[in-house]
Amino acid sequence: MNASEIKSTITGVANPVNTELPLWKQPDATPFVRIENITKKFDDFTAVDNVSLNIYKKELFCLLGGSGSGKSTLLRMLAGFENPTSGRIIIDGVDMEGIQPWNRPINMMFQSYALFPHLSVADNIAFGLKRQGASKHDVKTRVAEMLDMVQLGHLGKRKPHQLSGGQRQRVALARSLVKRPKLLLLDEPLGALDKKLREETQFEIMNLQEDLGVTFVVVTHDQEEAMTLATRIGVMNQGLIVQTDEPHDVYEYPSSRFVAEFIGSVNLFEGFVTEDNVDSVRIESKEAGCPLFVAHGISCAPQQRVHVALRPEKINMTRIKPAQDDNCLKGEIIEIAYMGSLSVYRVRLQSGKEIRVTQPNFARDMGERFTWNEHVFLSWDVDSSVVLTS
Amino acid sequence: MKRRSLFLNSTAAFGFIFLYAPIISLIIYSFNESKLVTVWGGWSVKWYGELFQNDQIMDAAFLSLKIAFISATLAVVLGTMAGFALSRMGRFRGKLLFSGWVSAPLVMPEVITGLSLLLLFVALENAFGWPAGRGEMTVIIAHTTFCLAYVAVIVQSRLVVLDDTLEEAAMDLGAKPSTLFFLVTLPLISPAIIAGWLLSFTLSLDDLVIASFVSGPGDSTLPMVIFSKVRLGVTPEVNALATLMIAIVAVGVIFAMLYMRKQNKMLAAAQEG
Repeated sequence: MNASEIKSTITGVANPVNTELPLWKQPDATPFVRIENITKKFDDFTAVDNVSLNIYKKELFCLLGGSGSGKSTLLRMLAGFENPTSGRIIIDGVDMEGIQPWNRPINMMFQSYALFPHLSVADNIAFGLKRQGASKHDVKTRVAEMLDMVQLGHLGKRKPHQLSGGQRQRVALARSLVKRPKLLLLDEPLGALDKKLREETQFEIMNLQEDLGVTFVVVTHDQEEAMTLATRIGVMNQGLIVQTDEPHDVYEYPSSRFVAEFIGSVNLFEGFVTEDNVDSVRIESKEAGCPLFVAHGISCAPQQRVHVALRPEKINMTRIKPAQDDNCLKGEIIEIAYMGSLSVYRVRLQSGKEIRVTQPNFARDMGERFTWNEHVFLSWDVDSSVVLTS
Repeated sequence: MKRRSLFLNSTAAFGFIFLYAPIISLIIYSFNESKLVTVWGGWSVKWYGELFQNDQIMDAAFLSLKIAFISATLAVVLGTMAGFALSRMGRFRGKLLFSGWVSAPLVMPEVITGLSLLLLFVALENAFGWPAGRGEMTVIIAHTTFCLAYVAVIVQSRLVVLDDTLEEAAMDLGAKPSTLFFLVTLPLISPAIIAGWLLSFTLSLDDLVIASFVSGPGDSTLPMVIFSKVRLGVTPEVNALATLMIAIVAVGVIFAMLYMRKQNKMLAAAQEG
């Protein structure tokens, strides 16, 4: 065996893959969960409409959507509580059709936690292991391990009703991880916690997921939660996945008006294309009152009606007119909300449209700040806004 | 502490007197020395002694307890199954008929239930030779029939408020439906099942009308014996017997209430979070 052969045995690199790129960006990576054309109908109502989705190993994938968007139904189909009307779910190469929930290599953490009220914390965690027929000794050590992992080692004998909300959440997490599932489903995992606990737990879940290397699918309606937790977000609306991207891309490059408005706040200008270049477009908008210039090309018909989306924090607000003619609006401040680290301004344009602008509060001195009824100029860079055709 | 009005206090007092005065007077008179039920002759426990000597009453009491125990147990098993079918099976063919059939004994006059069961038993005997004659067996069947209606209603109402996700969680953790039932559902609806059993036991022990229809010679239940004795004049022994029965029932009810209160507290606390 020569040196290079030894090296390839040790590192296990027969076909070198680019490990720098995350799996979902590698064109030849095999997805861990494949959802193929899944549809679920309840009588006349279509809860999930022909959804296809690939989720890769060790991902923390967030399904984000409002109530009734179909995100929970999709999760329940993964767990096996609902059968798809049509389509296939393949997990780790195995078609899940006809496989009952108790035989799936999946565990779920429920929104209500669903802890068994008649069993102690330790027995709740042991429940899954006992069903597998694990030996008494194994059950004991694994339960102790999980209790330590969620820092509840001293509370094993308590009943769920003797715990606080945060502690119950940890027990539920421990119970769902104890069987070392290939895939963990989390239904609104932080929904019942207060804000401070939520933030702490968010990071704990992320660390846990990284340490254990389990693939997580999280359902949430909270966009901040999705942005912090996820490796990728699937935004759902009316049974459809409208966009699947990394959090940064979902926020900065929304694919539609729905996504732009659902995630964060956004200003939308309606207008039509007057100049369609390969790498830029110019848009005439009555609402804005000035030509809008966007530094990316779109595929559209000439004179097509489009929307320009602009995030409030991308806007520069000045008292003196900036040296640009495009992307420069004039307006009057009608409302100010001081939020400490930043201030939110509502600015009314001459067309009557109101624009939301956020500015960080650099200076402590109140004197330099904008006040009510002040006339200001709003401007932004050519690559700060996005054109939306749908 | 909230101040209670005179009106509330007096209604409560009146209610208690109305409910308990007859029972208390019965208990007091069971310790009456005199042979005449209505005349007070000083304290004594001699009628309790007489009671235990009376074979007819003791046999009837044992028969009644046995029938009550068996039919309450059967009613709990069948009633729980009926409650499950009604609350968990969704829509099925004949559901309306089934739920009507389950609740019919609750509203049906006992005379009709008794008569229809009697006719059924006679017809069955003529057709199949079973049940051979009327007696213990037919009373058990009749009592099970009307008691299971009560159990089904109690269990069904408990299942409706039970959080579905608990059962889903159990399935998710690898429990097959049978394991899930015994390890999760059954413990969670146990207060309803215990309440149903106790209610069935009491109803069976108490029943005179239906038992009179479907019982045979030599298989008289306790209420039947008492009733036939009372027709010839109340004897002090019956007072003693009644006092003992009240004591047994009271102990049972107190235990059941304590248990259910504990269970409910636990469930309520678990479900609010």
